[in-house]
Amino acid sequence: MTTMIGEPRAAAAFSVEVTRDGVAVVTFDLPNEPVNKFSRAVGEELAATLERQEQDRAVKAVVVMSGKPDVFIAGADIEEFLALRTAQDAERLSRYGQETLDRVERSAKPVVFAIHGACLGGGLEAALAAHYRIASDHPKTVLALPEVMLGLIPGMGGTQRLPRTVGLRNALDMILTGRNVRARKALKIGLIDELVHPAILREVAVDRARSLAEGRIERSKGRKSHGAADAVLEDNPVGRAVVLRQAREQTLKKTHGHYPAPLAAIDAVAEGYRRGMPEGLTAEAKAFGELAMTDVSRQLIFLFFATTSLKKDPGVEEPAPPPRTIDKLGILGAGFMGAGIASVAVQQGTLVRLKDAQYDRVGKGIKAVHDVVRERLKKKQITRQQFADYMALLGGTIDYSGFGSADLVIEAVFEDLALKHRVLEEAEAVIADDAIYASNTSSIPIGRIADASKRPERVLGMHFFSPVHKMPLLEVIVTPRTSKEATVSAVAYGKRLGKHVIVVNDGPGFYTTRILTAYMNEAGKLLDEGAAIEAIDKALVEFGFPVGPITLLDEVGIDVGSKIGPILAEAFGPRMAPADSFRRIVEAGRTGRKGKSGFYRYDEDGKKGGVDESVYQLLPTGPQRKQVPAETIVRRAVLSMVNEAARCLEEGILRSPRDGDIGAVFGIGFPPFRGGPFRYVDSVGAAEMVRQLEELDREYAPRYEPARLLRDMAREEKRFYPAEGRPV
Amino acid sequence: MPTFGNGNRVAVVAGVRTPFVKAGTVFKDITAIDLGRQCAAELIQRTDLDGKEVDIVVFGTVVPSVVAPNIAREVALLPMLPKGVPAVTVSRACASANQAITDAADQIALGHADVAIAGGAESLSNVPILHSRGMADALVAASRAKTLPQRLSALAKIRPRDLVPITPAIAEPSTGETMGQSAEKMAKINHIPREEQDELALRSHQRAAAGTADGRLTAEIAPVFVPPRYDTVVTADNGVRTDTTIEQLRALKPVFDRRYGTVTAGNASPLTDGGAAVLLMSEEKARALGYQPLGFIRSYAYAALDPGEQLLQAPVLAAPVALQRAGLALQDIGLVEMHEAFAAQVLSNLRGFESQEWAERAGFSKPVGKVDRDRLNVMGGSIAIGHPFGATGARITTTLLHELRRRGEQFGLMTVCAAGGMGFAMVVEAAA
Repeated sequence: MTTMIGEPRAAAAFSVEVTRDGVAVVTFDLPNEPVNKFSRAVGEELAATLERQEQDRAVKAVVVMSGKPDVFIAGADIEEFLALRTAQDAERLSRYGQETLDRVERSAKPVVFAIHGACLGGGLEAALAAHYRIASDHPKTVLALPEVMLGLIPGMGGTQRLPRTVGLRNALDMILTGRNVRARKALKIGLIDELVHPAILREVAVDRARSLAEGRIERSKGRKSHGAADAVLEDNPVGRAVVLRQAREQTLKKTHGHYPAPLAAIDAVAEGYRRGMPEGLTAEAKAFGELAMTDVSRQLIFLFFATTSLKKDPGVEEPAPPPRTIDKLGILGAGFMGAGIASVAVQQGTLVRLKDAQYDRVGKGIKAVHDVVRERLKKKQITRQQFADYMALLGGTIDYSGFGSADLVIEAVFEDLALKHRVLEEAEAVIADDAIYASNTSSIPIGRIADASKRPERVLGMHFFSPVHKMPLLEVIVTPRTSKEATVSAVAYGKRLGKHVIVVNDGPGFYTTRILTAYMNEAGKLLDEGAAIEAIDKALVEFGFPVGPITLLDEVGIDVGSKIGPILAEAFGPRMAPADSFRRIVEAGRTGRKGKSGFYRYDEDGKKGGVDESVYQLLPTGPQRKQVPAETIVRRAVLSMVNEAARCLEEGILRSPRDGDIGAVFGIGFPPFRGGPFRYVDSVGAAEMVRQLEELDREYAPRYEPARLLRDMAREEKRFYPAEGRPV
Repeated sequence: MPTFGNGNRVAVVAGVRTPFVKAGTVFKDITAIDLGRQCAAELIQRTDLDGKEVDIVVFGTVVPSVVAPNIAREVALLPMLPKGVPAVTVSRACASANQAITDAADQIALGHADVAIAGGAESLSNVPILHSRGMADALVAASRAKTLPQRLSALAKIRPRDLVPITPAIAEPSTGETMGQSAEKMAKINHIPREEQDELALRSHQRAAAGTADGRLTAEIAPVFVPPRYDTVVTADNGVRTDTTIEQLRALKPVFDRRYGTVTAGNASPLTDGGAAVLLMSEEKARALGYQPLGFIRSYAYAALDPGEQLLQAPVLAAPVALQRAGLALQDIGLVEMHEAFAAQVLSNLRGFESQEWAERAGFSKPVGKVDRDRLNVMGGSIAIGHPFGATGARITTTLLHELRRRGEQFGLMTVCAAGGMGFAMVVEAAA
């Protein structure tokens, strides 16, 4: 055996195999990476590889495939974006990508993309430049342009080629939402030319490539007009103008102007229609360059990296023990949360035992699961068989039968410590000694629940958010007694359920409930002082929260929300004292949307109307409302949340600022484009944050006394995250 | 010769059934397959069974779905079972679940399987309705037609009489005699008075009502949350009458022979929807997995006679064989469970047990003997509880074993009559 000495050659991402009848099959298999990603280097290599096929007289046509199982191209290499220093740099990167794909499109020899697995972002843009696209009929095969989720737009011709391929409305839908399009739908809208079984994908692609070369079939020309709606709305400038205007209006309504990327995408698409593809490409590259430098994009990219790093985090200090596999889940309490947890668990193949005290309550829980799963069937996201299987995994009971084989039991009963103790004792009498017991409490300290346990090392909190099938966060709460094995098992299972899982240490309100309470209380104090309900909600929606705090309270139930206040006030003293307004309104018997009587008016179907002015009679300052500037509202509510988040980190409730940001964004709707409370501190600057807090504290002491951590950081001029490069 | 020879001892570990409900009521929109899947799923959940342990699934059904005739496979495809569990559907009329259980037991005794789910399900609310021959011919011809005129001319052959659908009747294909007519005939041949039939029916309801009230019967039942609203939760059988009186039963008119008949809707089992399943294991496997069995299958036997004679009398031929294979006599038996298709059939079977003539027909020198009525169908029977054809055998197996244990009895005998002139008998032994 000989050893090669010399420059280590970068391993090639593309390999070529020429078939007997002259079709070059180019396989993309990025070395040392689990998935294929598009980068400048990859683009160069692809261009060079295709160039060689162009020169090679033995080659008549080209097929491009992926060498990764179940992934075609997962998108762009996002780390490359972080290295961009200026808008000009970013624009040049876009230009380069556009030119590379232009060469693919102009290739004299036909290029066929054979797509199996996820084909996203730059991968789809490359496919759009090819002359023929075949996809495998497989659930893993999805196509999307998700750039807008990172605050960007497709930068390699996607805004131009996609509408020309699938039509204006389909293209806008894909570009503005970033949503995955399954292979069948892709065929329907003309995004691909053929759909075949994965087993014959290569065979058919090679055959089509040869046919194209021999002129027996034509290059894909994109979508033909499909009927009257297309003729009216897409095939003429007036119709297109209507569609584009509507898209702009809807986007603004959804984004409140916080996200520039979707609007820039619409502009680039419009430019391509108005002045032609070259000008469209110019507009696309310019917009890409500008967007890459925006704070919004930086924050969204941060969240991408943060959630990616969280996926690899076992939830405990290394070395982490292997997690226990959860095959059977026992759920105590078939209410909204218990059923919600069941609905996501059965969809991961977990056997679920759902217990409540009475059969009618169990039946309601099963119905709730049925509705969630049925909705997926209706949207054709699952098959009829999957639907039947998911429902078959769910068993209802009013006793503890079947709990003996549960690997994990999640208690989701009413928030009452005595009840939780009784349920825990009953369960421990039947469950396996090594089963994990989790409480879905949102406010009661886990340590106090675990006091009733014979095996507190296997007790922890799993705080899901409502509605469980939609909310992406899971907060796992551990006590000093919780074992590492129990923690990693709960974390691993939460990830299996598709959640972002943060692990926090036990304490009143844990993390999310605690910072949310600080924020809600402040909204309540504003009410106490005479601010108008809609002014408070509007200011915070403008800041970027999905709904305002008063609307939120109506949604979760004013009675429920007000239970938490006293618990935290008891733990943290006057700075967490609940607002008078909330107490009074609960005493008046208003519960929010569920009781069709809250701060807002609700009709018979529970549909929200305007502010219920009669509420003001109940509040300390009465019906006379005063003007409070939006800026003041935002500053008071948001800073109380941010300050409390800093305390959680300081006290060790949080393991990292990353967890704090993810928890706030995905659990309680902190504006994603601001990155989270810790990213927000970094944006504002710790010193400025402390200054603002001190200013507020002079008026509202002791509620705004800056967290020690923030003072320290201000003094030492520190940040939570590095100013440049990969954030986590 | 003992049933299982030197084979593995077969344990009945647990049994679960859906409530048995009158056809056309709460389960009318649930198929037999779903009833079978629901009770098997609950059996697995309740017993804390790891689905990976299951080796085979055997299920019985009498009126199979035309689109999914192998109900056992649909049950075996439950998501908590590995896809590699082979499954077979068996049919022996009303003894189909018994056939499923003995087939599975045989496989365990032979060492081919260690863990089996066996049972049956029936939905008499969902029997297939067939097109007439003329209609079917026309539709087939139309589907083969290549042009529109050909198709139209094929469909034009349909006559008004062809539009009348065919509903399957519970009648013997060989003799054309319905089950009720057979029971009526047996009542006459064996001189079973109407009064005795009504009394037996009354006792069936009273005992089933008591077992429901004190929870002995409902303990075996997996509640069914009725989709798609799930606001109806069925936890008990709906045919059991707590308030039936002998006067009410007496007042009913005979159905099959209006003049001289004695068989009424009150002393016959009703059309029923339901599913039932048992978990069987080799004794060794049950021990290894930490299960305490309900009991063991000691022996069984099947028999048959001319369906034109006394259609439901074959249990009389099967019972002595099963007892002989168990090495036991009637006096060793603590409880007898006799499937109640009709009170007339139960009483005819009991008379047969006492008859020298029937003993000799079965090849024995002495009759089985007189069954102590206080040990017979002590939990009520199919007349009260209902009779989903394919499921009844599994219900009786579970009920018998539970009650033997509660009473501290060792051995139990069950018999089931079946269409085609067939009969089944099994001896079980409660676990110590």
